[in-house]
Amino acid sequence: MIYFDNVSKLYSDGRSAALQEVTFQVAPKEFVSIVGHSGAGKTTLLKMIIAEDRPSQGQVFFESLDVHQIPRSRLPQYRRKIGTVFQDFKLLPHKTAYENIAFAMEANGRSDEEIAENVPQALALVDLEDKAWNFPDELSGGEKQRVGIARAIVNQPDIIIADEPTGNLDPIATYEVVQILRKINDLGTTVIMTTHNKGVIDEIERRVITMDGGRIIRDDNSGRYVL
Amino acid sequence: MLTGFRRIVKAGFVGFWRNAYVSLASVFVITIALFVIGSTMFIDQILATSLTKLQSKVDINVYFMPNASQEEIDALRNAVAALPDVAAVTFTSREDALAAYRERNRNNEVSLQALEELSENPLGATIAIQARETSQYENIARFLDERKALESPQTPVIDEINYPRIRESIETLTAIIGAVEQASIITMVILLIAATLITFNTIRLAIYTAREEIAIMRLVGASNMFIRGPFMLQGIMYGVLAGILALLLFYPILVWLGPRTELFFEINLFTYFTTNFTYIFSVLVGIGVALGFFSSTLAVARYLRT
Repeated sequence: MIYFDNVSKLYSDGRSAALQEVTFQVAPKEFVSIVGHSGAGKTTLLKMIIAEDRPSQGQVFFESLDVHQIPRSRLPQYRRKIGTVFQDFKLLPHKTAYENIAFAMEANGRSDEEIAENVPQALALVDLEDKAWNFPDELSGGEKQRVGIARAIVNQPDIIIADEPTGNLDPIATYEVVQILRKINDLGTTVIMTTHNKGVIDEIERRVITMDGGRIIRDDNSGRYVL
Repeated sequence: MLTGFRRIVKAGFVGFWRNAYVSLASVFVITIALFVIGSTMFIDQILATSLTKLQSKVDINVYFMPNASQEEIDALRNAVAALPDVAAVTFTSREDALAAYRERNRNNEVSLQALEELSENPLGATIAIQARETSQYENIARFLDERKALESPQTPVIDEINYPRIRESIETLTAIIGAVEQASIITMVILLIAATLITFNTIRLAIYTAREEIAIMRLVGASNMFIRGPFMLQGIMYGVLAGILALLLFYPILVWLGPRTELFFEINLFTYFTTNFTYIFSVLVGIGVALGFFSSTLAVARYLRT
């Protein structure tokens, strides 16, 4: 589904590298965790998938599509195949939980009827039906992240990209978020997640890619966090 | 399509009210820009009226020989009137010229007595020629000189053309008009550039506050039009409101200023404002909308590049 072919990314100074000769693939319905220290290249790798950043060398494929050959005008359509979850939630503060989720559907040109049907389902999936009309500043960190996840899945994307989704959460909220991501994966959506949290990796027990200095130093299917 | 348009319009209005202070600042800046542009328009109108008045006082006079026949005079008069540079030709007959002379000298006994002693009217007919532009007098004078050169020396029709005597005045006036027009255009362009830059920077700041929202919109797969649309609409709203505000600002000022400009420049600016309201409204609101629209479009484009 996702294939990185010898991808390198040099910083603008041309010498230091964010990614070095990274090659790996992710199959449909896989749950892949990417771990590593700060600056290991995890976020850069995710940015390559959502075409926020371009490789200096190599190619990134989404199915048979070379991501960085997609014309700028077609990027929105491409990004609709991907749901993105952020460490800092990135919710619109002036919209309620319901409206934040609906916004992702509006941006995709979905009808009012579809929105009215799908948003409550997404809220139910993250167990937040009772907080539908709360604004982000009325929600806890874990609840905000669950709204973020609901927003990411509401358009039924092929893949969820989660960049440190538990980075700002307490252990209980972390556990809840991980359970939701597992549930989404069990329903058939591919998940790629970066994390620092060993507990999260142990909980998920799925494939772990370990990065260091922009390189993949370990690709372990047994779900072991080794750094 | 219609749903998307409705959402863009709604988001535009919501964004306008939600960031009321930023919107107000943008409207205020565009209002100032439009006020300056409008003021230039009014000053330009005063200048144009003054110059037109001055221009209307300038003409070339052709004095005919007293014995020139009416057919010969009419032929030249018609030829001159047919020139594209000529705005008007005023004919004064020998009799009218004599009557005017008598009227001018009605208190001058010596002149009137000398006239009585002559057996016939010594004055010839004249035509006064007004050009459309002062710069065109040169061409008309050249045409008249050529006609005079073709005349038979024994039976001349044209006695004198006064252009050489008034040439310097006409050239000075032409230079003044040219300079004023140039200065007016340069001032207008400079003010327009300044207004555009100030407006662009204000709106850019307004959009900067929404950069996070734009980033989120992009990541959830919103099309560029869906992202850009509300900001474009807000830019248009800034322009419309600023245009109306500038017009409201001009109203009391021109009520006060109108009689005074009439006294000094023979143009009542308030009357000009009311009679040309549709034109002034279109220009100010149009420039306001264009400023708001293009500034917003350019400012938001920065966040849509990748």
